[in-house]
Amino acid sequence: MTDFVNAFRTAFELIVGLDPELVRIVTLSLQISLAAVLAATVIALPLGAAVALLRFPGRRAVVILLNAAMGLPPVVVGLVVYLLLSRAGPLGSFGLLFTPTAMIVAQCILVMPIIAALTRQTITDLHEEYDEYLRSVGAGPLRSIGTLIRDGRFRLLTAVLAGFGRAIAEVGAVLIVGGNIQNVTRVMTTTIALETSKGNLALALGLGLILIIVATTINGLAMAVGEAAESRHG
Amino acid sequence: MNRTLFVAAPILVLGLTLLPGLSGVRADEGAYITVASTTSTENSGLFGYLLPAFTEKTGIEVRVVAVGTGQAIRIAMNGDADVLFVHHRESEERFVDEGYGVKRYPVMHNDFVIVGPATDPAGIRGMEDAAAALAAIANADQPFASRADDSGTHKKEISLWAAADIDPTGASGSWYRETGSGMGATLNTASAMGAYALTDRGTWIKFGNKGDLQLLVEGDPRLFNPYGVILVSPDRFPHVKAREGQAFIDWLMSEQGQQRIAAYRIDGQPAFFPDAVP
Repeated sequence: MTDFVNAFRTAFELIVGLDPELVRIVTLSLQISLAAVLAATVIALPLGAAVALLRFPGRRAVVILLNAAMGLPPVVVGLVVYLLLSRAGPLGSFGLLFTPTAMIVAQCILVMPIIAALTRQTITDLHEEYDEYLRSVGAGPLRSIGTLIRDGRFRLLTAVLAGFGRAIAEVGAVLIVGGNIQNVTRVMTTTIALETSKGNLALALGLGLILIIVATTINGLAMAVGEAAESRHG
Repeated sequence: MNRTLFVAAPILVLGLTLLPGLSGVRADEGAYITVASTTSTENSGLFGYLLPAFTEKTGIEVRVVAVGTGQAIRIAMNGDADVLFVHHRESEERFVDEGYGVKRYPVMHNDFVIVGPATDPAGIRGMEDAAAALAAIANADQPFASRADDSGTHKKEISLWAAADIDPTGASGSWYRETGSGMGATLNTASAMGAYALTDRGTWIKFGNKGDLQLLVEGDPRLFNPYGVILVSPDRFPHVKAREGQAFIDWLMSEQGQQRIAAYRIDGQPAFFPDAVP
């Protein structure tokens, strides 16, 4: 039990003292995960909506693949990105391995299927409500996708937040492609793994508490913004 | 109104996300090298103590990727590091012989120790023969936590088992527990299950979750743990920052670097001993 008590005390002291190393690590974590989610959202919203609305051969297979890819193992994604970005790999000449950019790429790959699959489901449901209206105005597929994403944006926020949750909490991929370099690629989760391996269990747990607080705050803010906008809209 | 919010939120996110790009550009402007090294040098706090002095003197930032020796060598063999700083002489010499590295510099050493539960059911406390101590653990069927991760410590452990003429992998899953993890994770495991383990002294002194574990065996010459530092070959990998990497090696081998290694203390104890004092 002492570890738990110490963990709360450690977390409290780090937050109250605004430990500069902690601030740097939290900032980097947020930057990387938000960038990854942003990039993934730009791809995933149109992709998910297109799969929901368009009828094409192999569509069921794409849906199954997207749903299955929500469970991509981070370590495997990390390994693939590592092999691609390594100097010995096809994209090696860019020298991106062990940089924040590599971590954004890995998280984007992890998060994109989650947002796309949830978007597809959301848009499918929404389409049933809108079908008649879209038909009556003679909207083509492109216009339908645009309308449904715009009108479903509050529901789609949940999909984006699910992606963010995955990105900010993930350790396997960013550890491999980032290398956990102090001041460069060290984020919340890799710090927790490192402190655990040093046997500093209370500190690791304290950092874990802070990670949960940060994730909760982001989710709370996003929900508040969404609801405020929705109420004004309605 | 909702329009404002939905325009403002992405802009906020964009602003935040552009920052790492900008800071990345800033970091690229200053010279930096990537060093593939072991968890023992990083987790013991040695690099945290050494590197600021080097960076202050030369302006070269050192980015350390701390993994097991086997993985560190593979990172360097792919050309993903400028300097290799590890502890397994045979592998290091092969790395140079095969043309991946320029030259091996013997920079420092410390030693391995065998730790185990305070009750010491295998009765190895104070033994001076490390191989005999391992044999005693095996004969007593007492749990032993092995790194099993191709690290320098794991390679040392294998050579000690060979010296004891025992193949512990036959007992894998019974008394021989292969964690496949780093030193700290393996010590956490040993601490939780009351197992014996081989560890480098630096990580052991700094380890914060010793629990019931105690240092039981030390001093066997076979427990010697030399560290070598090697510049990755710029002939093989043209992008290697040879000038900055060699500057780092030269500084480590210089009087200032060597003195600083000698001066590093963990809990008042010296953790590494310089090998190139001029």
